[in-house]
Amino acid sequence: MEGKARKPSRPRSPNIQIYRPQLTSVLSIAHRITGIFLSLCSMSVVVWLVAAANGPASYIRFQGVIGSWLGQIVLLIAVFGFFLHVCGGIRHLIWDTAHGFELRHIYISGWFVIATSLMLTLVFWIASRMVWG
Amino acid sequence: MKRYDLLSPRGRASGLGSANAGFGNWWMERVTAIALVPLTIWFAGSLITRSSDDYNEVIGWLGSPLTVILMVLLLTALFWHIALGLQVVIDDYIHSAAKIWVLLTVRFACLLLGLTGIIANLYIAFGVPMSGGA
Repeated sequence: MEGKARKPSRPRSPNIQIYRPQLTSVLSIAHRITGIFLSLCSMSVVVWLVAAANGPASYIRFQGVIGSWLGQIVLLIAVFGFFLHVCGGIRHLIWDTAHGFELRHIYISGWFVIATSLMLTLVFWIASRMVWG
Repeated sequence: MKRYDLLSPRGRASGLGSANAGFGNWWMERVTAIALVPLTIWFAGSLITRSSDDYNEVIGWLGSPLTVILMVLLLTALFWHIALGLQVVIDDYIHSAAKIWVLLTVRFACLLLGLTGIIANLYIAFGVPMSGGA
């Protein structure tokens, strides 16, 4: 380690651009992307609380942003991302107990995470629409 | 024998090798993750059941003791988890001198956002408008 100048630039492995996407790798990067995206969405929870604490005028303005079609699209993506991250996170917690590492089980749990997330997103969306009326 | 005794004196002087604090970060990421499972499900469920609430109903719910306790727990676990999670991503992908500044920004932003959310909820609970006097 004599400094960066002497470090040769070698090709890196795996070469992602020519690598066929697999369920395992797609879910792995999806967990990170949803994590970053949900971090940004968490800011709006704080904005929502501050708007509510500010008074009815700012709260209604916040609701207007969330209620717009763009707000609803972002919210729908956030809800799906949230369920994907929670289900994927539980999968990670199970792995942390050294269970479910057999390749067959990794694929089963992977598809289970996707199916459950889609189902929960649908349930969430329909339920909130029904209460909304 | 301490673990860093395996390093050469040169390696130790240049700060390479484990700082021995990594496990604490890894563990707290799991602790906050486990806490966030029930807390976020409570929050998501509340969003559904409160969908049709008007302003006064939302304020009444946000200001109730149970909501304040759960919201403080949620915000604490959430922004702690975000700080640790984003740190892993930053450690993996940013290798330039900007890394320390990105890490600091994430840390400070998480602290600021978590604290702001908690204080806003306390304002609601005590019935004081947050904009008052500003």
